[in-house]
Amino acid sequence: MDNIAGSKPALTWAVHISAVLLVLLWVIPTFGLLVSSFRTGDQISTSGWWQALSTQEAQLPAIRLKGEEVQRDGVFVIEGQLLDSAATVSRWGINSKDPEAYAAGETGALPSGEAITVTETGAFTLSSTQSMADLRMPRVFVSAATPPEFTLNNYDTVLFKPAPGQSVGKAFLNTLTVSIPATIIPILIAAFAAYALAWMEFPGRALLVAAVVGLLVVPLQLALIPLLQFHNSIGIGKGYLGVWLAHTGFGLPLAIYLLRNYMAGLPRDIIENAKVDGATDFQIFTKIILPLSFPALASFAIFQFLWTWNDLLVAMVFLGTTDNEMVLTGTLLNLMGSRGGDWEILSASAFISIAVPLIVFFAMQKYLVRGLLAGSVK
Amino acid sequence: MHPAIQAMLTIVIGVGGCIGYFYFSNLFLDKVLFPARGADAGRNINRANMIRPWLFLAPAMIALGLYLAYPVVATAWLSLHDKTGETFVGLANYGTMMGEAKFWESMRSNALWLLFVPAASTAFGLLAAQLTDRIWWGNIAKSLIFMPMAISFVGAAVIWKLIYDVRPEGTEQIGLLNAIYLALGGDAPLQWLQIPFWNNFFLMAVLIWIQTGFAMVILSAALRGVPEDTIEAAILDGANPFQIFFKIKVPQIMGTIVVVWTTITIVVLKVFDIVRAMTNGQWESQVLANYMFDKLFTASDWGVGSAAAMVIMLLVTPILVWNVHNARKEMR
Repeated sequence: MDNIAGSKPALTWAVHISAVLLVLLWVIPTFGLLVSSFRTGDQISTSGWWQALSTQEAQLPAIRLKGEEVQRDGVFVIEGQLLDSAATVSRWGINSKDPEAYAAGETGALPSGEAITVTETGAFTLSSTQSMADLRMPRVFVSAATPPEFTLNNYDTVLFKPAPGQSVGKAFLNTLTVSIPATIIPILIAAFAAYALAWMEFPGRALLVAAVVGLLVVPLQLALIPLLQFHNSIGIGKGYLGVWLAHTGFGLPLAIYLLRNYMAGLPRDIIENAKVDGATDFQIFTKIILPLSFPALASFAIFQFLWTWNDLLVAMVFLGTTDNEMVLTGTLLNLMGSRGGDWEILSASAFISIAVPLIVFFAMQKYLVRGLLAGSVK
Repeated sequence: MHPAIQAMLTIVIGVGGCIGYFYFSNLFLDKVLFPARGADAGRNINRANMIRPWLFLAPAMIALGLYLAYPVVATAWLSLHDKTGETFVGLANYGTMMGEAKFWESMRSNALWLLFVPAASTAFGLLAAQLTDRIWWGNIAKSLIFMPMAISFVGAAVIWKLIYDVRPEGTEQIGLLNAIYLALGGDAPLQWLQIPFWNNFFLMAVLIWIQTGFAMVILSAALRGVPEDTIEAAILDGANPFQIFFKIKVPQIMGTIVVVWTTITIVVLKVFDIVRAMTNGQWESQVLANYMFDKLFTASDWGVGSAAAMVIMLLVTPILVWNVHNARKEMR
């Protein structure tokens, strides 16, 4: 449609700028969390993620001095380093009421008489004429400028050193365990049914197609209690088998609907020729229809995978909520409740949970779009 | 047994079982039950072909019946019984529910969601489709706007909670919204998710953010299907781009807009994760699906919980009927 927009440069620019704004609006939320997941907890809680690339001037939490006492020229000295990062100290103090009492390099005195110096790099010297072995080590308040710094520690923590009940690594495996069988099993069942609905003549076919369309929108909320009762009565109880079965049942309407629409659009000649040549329905299905339907199968597989990976409700109800059987969404939900303020934990966990769907999404976008279009536009 | 091994086994048994079932049931039908030879060969082939569709359909029909159709009936039954589903209580559960302020709060929130989310998603989707179809980097733009579709509702809730984050007054704000609000001259940072009524809109933003990509993809395909000559005719008649968009293109894709709208409406009626994760229904932001979940699993009241589920079903029914009606029209 270049002929409309292209004829007016001003309008072309307006289109470009609006598109840029729209894309930014859609990307910034995710980007903010991504940036946050690479910052330390202190950085996240003292400055916005959009300031991640600038030097941060902030007052650090109080630091208690520690170090070995040495005797030098009749004076007792303790030396050490306050900071473990490449920050630059600007002001410091020893009293919480006046945390910026001294400039870097100045010497201050403790109430008990010891002299203390903090330099720009965070090195401190505490000296006294008497031994400080019995002295309760003082706390120091430091205002420092921290250069931009990114860390992988958050990921390391949530994956390999989790607090009890917050194991993202375990939840990741659980999610994988739920979603892969729950993606594969419905496909075959649906494919056979879709073939029957698309290419076999039998009474009641139209009615069945209509029923599938109807079931497409039935809220799965209705299924929770009856199915839980059903699973208990046949002895499955809560567990993976129950989740797989539930996801299979809930995924079938979309699977049948998508595959039937696609198969019904395949050329009639191929199927009739095969029939004339004496192929059975089973052969036609496995040798002709199934390979030709690959794009539709892929579309549904992606939908179902994204849906099962991202699902919270089915996993909560049919798998249970103890630490060992938690999926990623459930773990995230718990973290939001128990550690809502710990953004370094939350952001890294969230990113681990959305990484796989994002990879699948970008790698298979073509099929996803195709599936969406087949499902809604005729 | 380790769950991963159990998963592998399930895949093997599930897939093998499916293939085995279909293969052997067909074999049985053709070779044993109605063999295509002997005196009745012709009649047997016909009989076998009458039964075969049902062989193909059986597993799917059993699963659909058990996992979707039966629960609708069972939930209706449960909604007429007491907490544990034992004693028949008539419509008492519906009465209890109607008497609860939280239920009406959920209805009001759901009404707001139903009004705004499909409208905003469709409008943004249409805008995004129209903009990205005209620029050379349109496909990249589409990808990025479509991306939230792959993110779980809970993941999206985390993402947006950071935006709505609030720090005490006087300290640096780390939530983007409060930072912007203060930069624009706001007096004090606001607890966005705790402002009754308006917090609904901050929750809705999350779903709109997710659903816009879906609307864009479908509407973009529909826009490309608008016949070129109708647009050219409009240009010749001197229509400006806005007139072309609203008077030529939009009317021609009205059918698709309705489909997008209803699809998002269904998603809205079932919305649960976002509210659960961000406010859990506090500060007057309860919605039906979360209300129902609380009743079922926190209060362990199956009667009222099922009644709430039936309300969701009832709200979905018009769309269900309309979809079935359209599907039947197409079949003919």
